[in-house]
Amino acid sequence: MDKPFRRRDLLGIRDLTAAEIKGILDTSENFLEVNVREIKKVPTLRGKTVINLFFENSTRTRTSFELAAKRLSADAVNISVASSSLSKGETLVDTALNLDAMNPDCIVVRHGSAGVPYQLAKVSKAAIINAGDGSNEHPTQALLDAMTIREHKKQFEGLEVAIVGDILHSRVARSNIHLLTKLGARVRVAGPGTLVPPDFIHLVGADEGRSTQLIVCEHIEEAIRGADVVMILRIQRERQDAAYFPTLREYSIHYGLTNERLDLAKKDAIVLHPGPMNRGIEIASEVADSSRSLILDQVKYGVAVRMAVLYLVTGGSASA
Amino acid sequence: MKLFIANGHLIDPAAQENTGMSVLIEDGKVSAWLRPNETQPEGCEVFDATGLLVAPGFIDLHVHLREPGQEHKETIASGCAAAVAGGWTSVCPMPNTNPVNDNAAITRYMIEQAEHAGSANVFPIGAITKSSDGAELAEMGEMKAAGAVAVSDDGRPVPNAGIMRRAMQYAKDFGLPVIDHCEDKSLSAGGVMHEGRVSLLLGLKGMPALAEDIDAVRDIILAQDTGAHVHIAHVSTKGAVEAVRRAKNEGINVTCEVTPHHFTLTDKYVEGYDTNYKMAPPLRSEEHVDAIIEGIKDGTIDAIATDHAPHHHDEKALEFDRAPMGITGLETAVGLAFNELVHKGIISLERLVEMCSANPARIFSLEGRGTLRPGSIADITVIDPELKWAYSNAESRSRSRNSPFDGWEFTGRAVATFVSGRLVFKA
Repeated sequence: MDKPFRRRDLLGIRDLTAAEIKGILDTSENFLEVNVREIKKVPTLRGKTVINLFFENSTRTRTSFELAAKRLSADAVNISVASSSLSKGETLVDTALNLDAMNPDCIVVRHGSAGVPYQLAKVSKAAIINAGDGSNEHPTQALLDAMTIREHKKQFEGLEVAIVGDILHSRVARSNIHLLTKLGARVRVAGPGTLVPPDFIHLVGADEGRSTQLIVCEHIEEAIRGADVVMILRIQRERQDAAYFPTLREYSIHYGLTNERLDLAKKDAIVLHPGPMNRGIEIASEVADSSRSLILDQVKYGVAVRMAVLYLVTGGSASA
Repeated sequence: MKLFIANGHLIDPAAQENTGMSVLIEDGKVSAWLRPNETQPEGCEVFDATGLLVAPGFIDLHVHLREPGQEHKETIASGCAAAVAGGWTSVCPMPNTNPVNDNAAITRYMIEQAEHAGSANVFPIGAITKSSDGAELAEMGEMKAAGAVAVSDDGRPVPNAGIMRRAMQYAKDFGLPVIDHCEDKSLSAGGVMHEGRVSLLLGLKGMPALAEDIDAVRDIILAQDTGAHVHIAHVSTKGAVEAVRRAKNEGINVTCEVTPHHFTLTDKYVEGYDTNYKMAPPLRSEEHVDAIIEGIKDGTIDAIATDHAPHHHDEKALEFDRAPMGITGLETAVGLAFNELVHKGIISLERLVEMCSANPARIFSLEGRGTLRPGSIADITVIDPELKWAYSNAESRSRSRNSPFDGWEFTGRAVATFVSGRLVFKA
């Protein structure tokens, strides 16, 4: 298997080229098949050590990375925040250096603070994979979203994608905006004005000729109308206490994805959600459970994407 | 004892002097200026300043020396050593020590520690309110008597306009400038960098420029109302510069300072999540930096101050949003001023000296300083404007190493520093 991605780390989508993204998606396709074999294991990363260093709770992402590592025959070790030395007052850098001294090949890190994977990559010899850092990026989520979209829409060029919800704090939105615009889609973002700053329009660089590919919409309907893909973001309930919006009830009325709102999208539009869902708040149950919802497909593709990323950054053999 | 600083180029804006001139010092004071053709007095120790600039000692209006309470970051002695190595003969430490410098005993303690260290002069800044809690006025009169030169709750801006108004009315009785760290925390709370495109890109919570603008405007209005002298610390936004410019035109008693990092760096430097670029106010976007440069050029901004804020290594080796704000600055300020302002033609050498010496002395009413007129105190900064050098954190005299300028190359530095006629640093 030729390697389309030669970076040591996967820190974010922002730094990647369209070719690198496509390369990861293509590699992911190859790993999809492994996940449906009777024996779901290949020797690709035998002898490699992957540490899942999770400073935030995340059953879904951590399990997905753990399964991905194990299906590639790597030794996966999970470290959760409760047992981290950071809680004993150790610095982030010391934590990284201590883990590094045990010679892992890869550290998958999730952290509530933006930039932590970048900081670790500067001091660690291991490959660093960003599994979500604060409000910054969640690159493997965007890659699995892209894989889901590609499976159903075949191409990104000319695709209209609506992303709705808490754009300001969403690492999923940031990674997806970078990824989708790099691949030629147009992204429209919408949500309460407190969570969708107008400056967001400058997120993708005019210098890269993508400035017209991101649109900040004033109303959710404007974003959804004619969309090929509707991506709903999870509302973090603590945002309500921070006065970004008055009540969950009001949020669900004005910004929740209902069947009526989804009818504004194209007839064959698909619905994505990074999960876990707040049913009845950002997404109505009848939408979440409809045939247009691909939420479980996203989870399925997640394992393949993470296998591909682990394979690519740890330099595994080509025997997948 | 006599000292003769010979053959230098004297720049003394307060005396409107900018010419080749030797300086004679006796008993810690300047006793005479001698033209190049005049005979050198006998019995003098001689410092040859050929090819060098001789300026009144630089005065840093804004530093954090961390003592008492956080001596693992800096002591008054180590801070003063860093100061004189950077060309500063006097420093004015902010009161956010532990305990807060909100009473005469701590003010006196700081001055005594500086005297014991025997390098830079230390002119403490007292707190505006007790414990800088923003509630009750601190004993400004007592602190002034003990040697405080201004009052500030730096880092913890007084949120209550009523308290601030009273503080200005009261400080005016003692001739103390009120220094405002302009930041409306209701707008900036939780922010770790400038709010703008870069903060959105990095997913870091931003501190909007208007948090500074609103507080600056509020306190300028209060200064107008009370007639007090308000000094805006570390001005960093276009709006605050404009507010100060407008106020000065209207004759309001307002002055302000800028830090070297705010005229040198933009928020783009935060892109690598290096915590040595985290400070308050945060590094701003280009339009704000441009406005700062314009304010330096047209005289709106009075002084260059470092906001030297040492932090221990382990505190900065944290996640960006958990690390404390602030960088060291005493040893890099002059180099940055040369690189970014003088050599780029933004300001003249004379204006640089004015911003680092004459104006700071005027702003804090430091009698006998900020000039080398005969009779004044012989605090002197000797500068080689063409000396190429590189700053190294490892060689810093500060106890902390949190400078983003490690490895930066400069042209121009202080090569000798005299305090009361005594050589306290030589490069």
